[in-house]
Amino acid sequence: MALLSSTAVLLDKELRTEFRSRELLTTTTVFVLIVIVLFSFSFDPTSEESRRFGAGLLWLALLFAASLMLQPCFLREQSNDTLSALRLSVSDPFAIFLAKLVANTLFLLLTELLLLPVFAVLYNVSVLPMLHWLVLVFFLGSLGVSITGTALSAISAQARMRELLLPLLLLPLLTPILVASTEVTAALFDRSPYVQWKGVGFLAVFDLAFLTILWLLGEYLLEE
Amino acid sequence: MKKSVLSAMVVVLLLGLSGYASFFIAPTDAKQGLIYRILFLHVASAWTGLTSFFICFIANLLYVLRRQPRWDWLGVSAGETGLVFTTVVLLTGPIWAHPVWGIWWTWDARLTSTFVLWLLYVSYLLLRTLVEEPDRRALLSALFGIFAFIDVPLVFGSIRWWRTQHPQPIIMGAPGAGLDPTMYKVLFFTWLAMLGLMTLLLRQRYRLEAMRGDLEIIQRELEAA
Amino acid sequence: MTSTVFSPTGIRFENIDKRYGGLYALRRVSLEISAGECVVFAGRNGSGKTTLLRIAARLARPSSGVVSFLNGGEDRGGMLPPAGFVAHATMVYDELTAEENLLLFARLQGIAEPAARAETLLREVGLAERRNSLVRTFSRGMRQRVAIARALLNEPAVVLLDEPTTGLDTEGASWFAQTLRQLRDSGRTILMSLHGESEVSTLATRALRLDAGAVVADTLTGANFRSILAFANA
Repeated sequence: MALLSSTAVLLDKELRTEFRSRELLTTTTVFVLIVIVLFSFSFDPTSEESRRFGAGLLWLALLFAASLMLQPCFLREQSNDTLSALRLSVSDPFAIFLAKLVANTLFLLLTELLLLPVFAVLYNVSVLPMLHWLVLVFFLGSLGVSITGTALSAISAQARMRELLLPLLLLPLLTPILVASTEVTAALFDRSPYVQWKGVGFLAVFDLAFLTILWLLGEYLLEE
Repeated sequence: MKKSVLSAMVVVLLLGLSGYASFFIAPTDAKQGLIYRILFLHVASAWTGLTSFFICFIANLLYVLRRQPRWDWLGVSAGETGLVFTTVVLLTGPIWAHPVWGIWWTWDARLTSTFVLWLLYVSYLLLRTLVEEPDRRALLSALFGIFAFIDVPLVFGSIRWWRTQHPQPIIMGAPGAGLDPTMYKVLFFTWLAMLGLMTLLLRQRYRLEAMRGDLEIIQRELEAA
Repeated sequence: MTSTVFSPTGIRFENIDKRYGGLYALRRVSLEISAGECVVFAGRNGSGKTTLLRIAARLARPSSGVVSFLNGGEDRGGMLPPAGFVAHATMVYDELTAEENLLLFARLQGIAEPAARAETLLREVGLAERRNSLVRTFSRGMRQRVAIARALLNEPAVVLLDEPTTGLDTEGASWFAQTLRQLRDSGRTILMSLHGESEVSTLATRALRLDAGAVVADTLTGANFRSILAFANA
């Protein structure tokens, strides 16, 4: 109970600070937009080709964007040593992670929500018929990215070259997410779309596995 | 000193024997001829690399729980040793693939997942170089090591399920499918020899790291004085 | 600030060692500070003052040794630290207003009426009028006020202050001295590190000097008191 109420209070803080400046959301959205436009030069984006490559490039763009967006996650808490203030105030440090990863998932989903129509128009892919399933995949994928990314940003914030390190640690770790969500998304973009339950299940397993490790190891990540 | 020389000699002998066995005892493959013999080195290295990473994972866990520097030393040693064997896998793979498949590299499930595995542990070692303070370096890299190892089955699983539309390797596609019993014996013997080599490397690397740790403390004490 | 919800609490350090990768930041520090004392730690940079305060705040774990909080001679056990901590960093968010910061930490600490408590503290530190301004827009002295208000949210019986006077202008310094006096007179135990000469040192009831992680001098009053504090300038 204490965990949930602390998480709610912290989540309120995360959202409040972000929506006050909207720094993360704007930079991430612009970044993904640039990547999507640039990607169109690497192949001929006809409807047929986009069905084959679109899902992959969308997820790759999101992964890069996420590794950019997650980087300040714990770095921000260092400038005024607010992390110490949080550690002194919460009874369960997992609340700090939980609030941050929920906030990051929300930010990623918002970015995706803004970008999906742009992507659909630019690449001639119809997303509407399978929209609810797409939302499910984007949710599970973004959740996995946020869980691992939040954990690793706590690590990278304590190292040298912290601005460069997170993508190097995070991206190889996210290979399973990239593979599975790309496959599921591609199946939904198909001429005769279908839901690939195996992939959906896999994403859920990934999220659950890393959430469990984070729950077990979280307090060590914040140790002084 | 004597013991380490002796064990080194035993390992060299084992490696020599396994080399001999893979060239002269194992029968020639009907389809591929001589080149398939690299399989013994290739597969045994892969297994040894994974064994090493497993040791690294256990050491990482023990460090987080016990906070004794020796688990950190074992962790980095096993990480590096595993990386060496995985590098052998990645190098011998193309050497075999080129004559058999006609290409150096294919995004085959196993090659790809081994490559990702290799990248994960490169990141692990990279992280270590970027944290100055020894205790923090040990803790952070141990935590990352745990994340990385948990990721390994997921990497293998995802790539295997979804990325296998590519031409399947003939012998390694389904293990045992085309492998003759003598070949199996040679393969396991080679693995044994490689495990010996791994233990040897691990021991030496561990001692080096222990000395480096002591040296670091002395240096820092001198600087502080 | 003058309320007496807390019960007077002393603090005991037993054989505290703190090593960072083999280097000693603190070496076998044993100290007993009784309830109501106002202690100043003097010493050079890197002498271990900050580490000792962070250990007392339970932010850092000692490599060996025990810290206990004493309630009338009895150990209070491993409850949430009864200490309020003011670090050199403000420990509040620049992107939030003064009031939002206090509300956030009050809620996290499970304080009964967070809004009322924040309100009281804002008035006591003299920020009631700027409550809705972002901390980012504050001067160093005003940030210090928010930092102190945050540390006092849960009515701590022990207050830890790490170089609280650094960077304050004369007005800020005299406000701080006045606040410190109130805290001391309310019966709180105060541990404070000082780097340079400061008027607040005259409020201390005990002075300690740390050097290379060890307590090298400890006195209550008299001529020594001045000389220990003078070392802080060296």
